[in-house]
Amino acid sequence: MSSKPALRLSRISKRFGPLRANDAISFDLEQSEVIALLGENGAGKTTLMNILFGHYVADEGTVEAFGKPLPPGDPRAAIDAGIGMVHQHFTLADNMTVLENIALGTQSLWRPRLDRTAARRRIEQLSADFGLSVDPAATISSLSVGERQRVEILKALYREARILILDEPTAVLTPVETEALFRTLKLLVAKGLSIIFISHKLHEVMAVSDRVLVLRSGQLVGERETRSTDRKELAALMVGREVKPTTVSPLRLGGPLLALEQVSATPYNGAGLDEVSLTLTAGEITGLAGVAGNGQTVLAALIAGILRPTSGSISIAGQEVVDWSPRAALAHGVARIPEDRHAIGSIGDMSVTENVIAERYRSPRFSRMGFLNWKAAGRFAEKLIADYDVKCPSPEARIRLLSGGNMQKLILGRALDADPAVILASQPTRGLDVGAVAYVHHMLLSARDRGAAILLISEDLEEVLALSDRIFVMFKGRLSTPSARGERSIRELGELMAGHNGERDDHAA
Amino acid sequence: MRLEPKPSPSLAITLLFPLAAIGTTLVLTSILVLAAGASPLSVFYLVAKGAAGSQFAFLETLTRATPLIFTGLAIAVAFRAKLWNIGAEAQLYIGGVVTVALGTGALPLPSVVLVPVIMVAVMAAGALLLLGPAMLKTRFGVDEVVTTLLLNFIVLLFVSMLLEGMLKDPMGLGWPQSQKVIAEAQLPRLIQGKRLHYGFVIALASAVLIWVVMKKTVLGYEMRAVGLNPEGARFVGILVDRTLMKTALLSGGLAALAGFSEVSGLKGNLTLDLSPGYGYTGIVVAMLAMLNPLGVIAAAIFVAGIFVGADAMSRAAKVSSYIADVMVATSLLTMVVAILLTRFRIRWR
Repeated sequence: MSSKPALRLSRISKRFGPLRANDAISFDLEQSEVIALLGENGAGKTTLMNILFGHYVADEGTVEAFGKPLPPGDPRAAIDAGIGMVHQHFTLADNMTVLENIALGTQSLWRPRLDRTAARRRIEQLSADFGLSVDPAATISSLSVGERQRVEILKALYREARILILDEPTAVLTPVETEALFRTLKLLVAKGLSIIFISHKLHEVMAVSDRVLVLRSGQLVGERETRSTDRKELAALMVGREVKPTTVSPLRLGGPLLALEQVSATPYNGAGLDEVSLTLTAGEITGLAGVAGNGQTVLAALIAGILRPTSGSISIAGQEVVDWSPRAALAHGVARIPEDRHAIGSIGDMSVTENVIAERYRSPRFSRMGFLNWKAAGRFAEKLIADYDVKCPSPEARIRLLSGGNMQKLILGRALDADPAVILASQPTRGLDVGAVAYVHHMLLSARDRGAAILLISEDLEEVLALSDRIFVMFKGRLSTPSARGERSIRELGELMAGHNGERDDHAA
Repeated sequence: MRLEPKPSPSLAITLLFPLAAIGTTLVLTSILVLAAGASPLSVFYLVAKGAAGSQFAFLETLTRATPLIFTGLAIAVAFRAKLWNIGAEAQLYIGGVVTVALGTGALPLPSVVLVPVIMVAVMAAGALLLLGPAMLKTRFGVDEVVTTLLLNFIVLLFVSMLLEGMLKDPMGLGWPQSQKVIAEAQLPRLIQGKRLHYGFVIALASAVLIWVVMKKTVLGYEMRAVGLNPEGARFVGILVDRTLMKTALLSGGLAALAGFSEVSGLKGNLTLDLSPGYGYTGIVVAMLAMLNPLGVIAAAIFVAGIFVGADAMSRAAKVSSYIADVMVATSLLTMVVAILLTRFRIRWR
């Protein structure tokens, strides 16, 4: 091995307006080393990697790969220098085959035909070497998310990457797929590749890395050998203070509040719902785990009222609701925290005030005879800003300008202010920093303690385990049997998420 | 080159954007004026003088602005809800048709009753004309830009048919024109002996009314929400399709009033040259006003001033008055760029 590091970043800085996304960050990546880049959302991890890969140009600082400086702002040069990137959101052409996607852009445009035989042979060789099994002839649209990720990795390897950057690679994977990915990474390192693994999940960082770099607010705040650190220390570094674990008070069950009976719904983005029966009980958090695309989004849309069941019934407090809609859901006291706070949960170019009254502007509190009462609306906005500790310049500010955490607090406030009986929380902490996550968890738990029935849908298995009194796993539009708090291990839930034990559960249900 | 979003600018800066757009337009059109062999400064001076240099000129500008306020409002309302109504021209002509259908003696009513009745009927007709495309959009996802645009040609041919047939003035010496509306159906002149008529007052009142609707009412809130984020609006329980229908009714009704105002207030009868493209120019007016109903008044007067002033200028400076069309069209383009720049910053690398 040469003494030169695979990658050397020297004093990289990048500003976006007033925001310092990266502030004089320097580190070396040695050959055959796995570095974990740990940090909350917005800490600057993705910005740094985009600079490295030439998508952004750093304001200051230089990047060297294998001793040679990398010209800024040139992804082509980054690829040629042996840097391969697997983005969080895949960059594959859905209607083309695996082989075409991998070979795309690697051959001269002047050659009329792709040399498929040679390309296929190389892909198969790489697949075998690194445990990345995937059929080169399959079209991307027929692949699972885990398989698509393997294609992305193969794509980088095909281009002879020596340094692999993985941006939040496990966000879309089941526990089993995650383990397979980690095995692949070990094989890659054994072949002399260097890896940067970006994550905000501590247990993964501990499992896979040799060294951990912690970013906070654009600065490199800590560097630890993985061997000589623990999760607690990393969490404190990441957040900047001690993190207290959530405490859960004992369960006090009430009566059934919302019941779905044999509900089916049409699929979009994956599976639909297939005769799902689910009862939400007062005083209980029901958790729903599952890999994305197995029907959780559809179930959330259904309970939120934006989707109607094709068969089956929805009843609230024992009464069947026939005309189901967002208005009906709201009228029956179903509060909704949507999965996507930008696209659905808020109207970005409207003010904070206009957004917080959105679910209730027709009530006599906020409007009379078709005229809105902006004074009352403004007071309500100010109250939510104070009660939920929202940082925002004024109630008149466009909600788009707020950070994810503050926007989520407002959405939470809008949903929870009227003490709803039923709460649908769909990915309530996605993309939030640790402080905001703790706040959301606290709010959900206190709603539970005052007797609300809560459905928590989350791709973050740890979150589901920490909060839920009862857990279901969703696979291909069906629910598993429930398990009480602590009854099933992560491993068992992971198997359910991957669709194992499916038959047994069907009979048991 | 890349666009990066930026925070919302202050009100003062927002108001500067239309002015910057107009300034850029003047610079760009100078090139054409120079090519025509005239001095840009004297040409622009002559345009301004022709538009507002005398009482006569200014009243003429306001007269020309009247239909533009109506069509500008119609488009501002529709665009707020992202309903792309390109069919104000057709709605204007339908307004004219209903005005002469009811106003040439069919309803023997006194003026205080007849004028409101005609106005209601005119608005209903324009509203219904836009309801079709709006329903095609919400039911079947048919692009309303296409349907409303094409309806302009259909309606113009339909009016042509009427003017050669049912509505043709028997005393019109064979010209394709309707009978004159009766005195009770006319909007009186605002100043005796001048062309400016009460249509202008109705236009101003409409602008204020629409401003109140957009700012203060539930309907305006729903329209803005639907325009800004239909998925988000649906999630919070706004009935998106129904809101689009209401928008269509309001927009179509406003555009039709332009036709009523021109026939009842100015021309007296319906001809095929009732509108020199007021429906399309309304798009420029609405954009210059940044879809603000009160801004529409100023924008309409500005655009009307260019047209009126250019006529006077062309007589004096021997530059074709088509320069007015170029100026108005260019101002739409510069305004679109200006609006883009209020929201994004351009990075060249």
